[in-house]
Amino acid sequence: MSAAEIIPTVAVEEDFRTRAHEALGDTQLRGNFRKAMDSLMTKRAASFSDAHEREHLRALGNTVRARALSKLPDLLEQLEQNLTRNGVKVHWAETVDEANGIVLSIIRAHEGRQVIKGKSMVSEEMEMNHVLADQGIECLESDMGEYIVQLDHEKPSHIIMPAIHKNAGQVASLFHDKLGVEYTKDVDQLIQIGRRVLRQKFFEADIGVSGVNFAVAETGTLLLVENEGNGRMTTTVPPVHIAVTGIEKVVENLRDVVPLLSLLTRSALGIPITTYVNMISGPRKEHELDGPQEVHLVLLDNGRSQAFADSELRQTLNCIRCGACMNHCPVYTRIGGHAYGEVYPGPIGKIITPHMVGLAKVPDHPSASSLCGACGEVCPVKIPIPALLRRLREENVKAPDSTDQVMRGQGSKYSRKERFIWNAWAKLNSSPTLYRLFGFFATRLRTLTPSNVGPWTQNHSAPKPAARSLHDMAREHLAKQGDR
Amino acid sequence: MSAKQKIMAKLRKSLTGTKPVADNFDVELVTQPYTYTAEQRIPQLRKLMEAVHTEIHLTSGEGWPELLAQLLRDRQLPSLLIAPTTSHGQRVAQHWAKNPDLPTLKSYDRPIEEWKAELFNDTPASLTGTLGAIAATGSLIIWPTREEPRMMSLAPPVHFALLKASEIRDNFYQVQQEFEWAQGMPTNALLVSGPSKTADIEQVLAYGAHGPKDLVVLILEDQ
Repeated sequence: MSAAEIIPTVAVEEDFRTRAHEALGDTQLRGNFRKAMDSLMTKRAASFSDAHEREHLRALGNTVRARALSKLPDLLEQLEQNLTRNGVKVHWAETVDEANGIVLSIIRAHEGRQVIKGKSMVSEEMEMNHVLADQGIECLESDMGEYIVQLDHEKPSHIIMPAIHKNAGQVASLFHDKLGVEYTKDVDQLIQIGRRVLRQKFFEADIGVSGVNFAVAETGTLLLVENEGNGRMTTTVPPVHIAVTGIEKVVENLRDVVPLLSLLTRSALGIPITTYVNMISGPRKEHELDGPQEVHLVLLDNGRSQAFADSELRQTLNCIRCGACMNHCPVYTRIGGHAYGEVYPGPIGKIITPHMVGLAKVPDHPSASSLCGACGEVCPVKIPIPALLRRLREENVKAPDSTDQVMRGQGSKYSRKERFIWNAWAKLNSSPTLYRLFGFFATRLRTLTPSNVGPWTQNHSAPKPAARSLHDMAREHLAKQGDR
Repeated sequence: MSAKQKIMAKLRKSLTGTKPVADNFDVELVTQPYTYTAEQRIPQLRKLMEAVHTEIHLTSGEGWPELLAQLLRDRQLPSLLIAPTTSHGQRVAQHWAKNPDLPTLKSYDRPIEEWKAELFNDTPASLTGTLGAIAATGSLIIWPTREEPRMMSLAPPVHFALLKASEIRDNFYQVQQEFEWAQGMPTNALLVSGPSKTADIEQVLAYGAHGPKDLVVLILEDQ
């Protein structure tokens, strides 16, 4: 595969509303998602059969993450010290450009041409495949799902199951077209094709790039979970391993990963544990016979410190990336991951993306929710996602002259007209005199109300005030009772 | 200012005047539901590991090399990668010496760079020891060493693992405590809970994604 071929993404055209609308009309896509999400919800529920244990474990998961965040700077220092002592080189990046610069300089120092990548959402934030391809460096995904979407020049549509929007037939056609293999819809055969192609790539790769699930400050350990073995291959075979992760992924103690690991795999896939739990504490030691000669960790901020600055929004950073909020979201299930147009889709995407790209770039994200509450109920670390969505809606309409600067792009949906209407509405409902006057006229002038009120009347009949107000009728009713 | 200094300054400023959240780690919660009697441990481990296609055989400290040889023959595997300096590697070598016509033994005795192609393309099976297992999740504990490097349990399509019954622990928390992992971790430590698998296509489970297609565990009941 040449560098030109591996540019991994199609440009995301149009805005969120248009994309969502298109997705809603795609019956194949909706069918694929419905089936997958139903199955993931069932599996999760079965793996948490004891509701009492589940709720206590969620509470523990929440405090473990909250504790880590409450001492985040100290834990990051401790993590760096311990990793450095173990021989791991730690790098810091405020922006994705800085992070890509670091990765590129490591690759160049080793004259690397081929990079194999384990699954990493942070590398998606960095658009690493694209950046490296521009420099003539092949960066190939090795997670089966990620490999499939990269081969089709797409982006992942789910953080755990990147190719969940495709069915076996679509993968069969893709492999047939791109790899020149015989068309087969047999999933076992398709996976064996992927195995064969990627084994050779693991063999050839100069550099392995992975994410991190938990970084343990106490021991200086990078913990990765996976089922396929591509994560182990990526972090073991190439001579250099670069791990990229967000600054929030640190936990204080090794024991803290016990509840988090259990919550992660059960919430994500409904399994007690993944096939592999890979704990890396350093590069190959002098006497060892394999493993990377160098291990690097890139710690990326990319807007996380902005979320961290506000004690309510900070809870966003509790996330352990299980994807359960997506699996249970009625909006995500219907429109799929691509409609969101950003790296993280679904409920967690709606609360984390505004910190990464600015609220102004994703103004409709906070309102693309029915606030049904399912995401908050299933979150293994109890992020109050619905409350955070409401908070972002407030930030979205904050006046531009507000001195309270919470986040980049805040106030992008501010409208003087809307603000005036809400202020008037508040006044009307808090002043008895005004309210009575309003009731008097609204009932008498009811025939004059418009029959077309914008988007509302697309799907609903227009609201008409009743001929008499409830207050009126209640007064009359009470007066009659008094007559008896 | 460096990126680190800038990030740290922001984080520290955001925490001004706050106190760290108290450590209320609930040990009971992660141990009590996952505690087993000696009789329960093997069945519990077996149930979980077999559910994800692990092949499990009960054998003894005396009989396992013969069983291993039989399993290799049944699968028609031409060779087996062993760690010759470990005690189990020596047991295999002794058994093989007495029984000609068994599959060829290979040793992982040189850096990967010297035989990477052979390891990837011509090493169909391996045997490693384990540090024990975890009954609660059905996981083998593997700490690769110089004698038994990381790739031994990863590259060959069939991985045989020896497990002493007495070393099956209850849960991950207990393992961390007993081994005092917090005081020092090796360069790589692994929990392995089955053969490699994926459900990335239509959620259909397929085994043998990138790691071993078969994981065969020999449990030494008397050890």
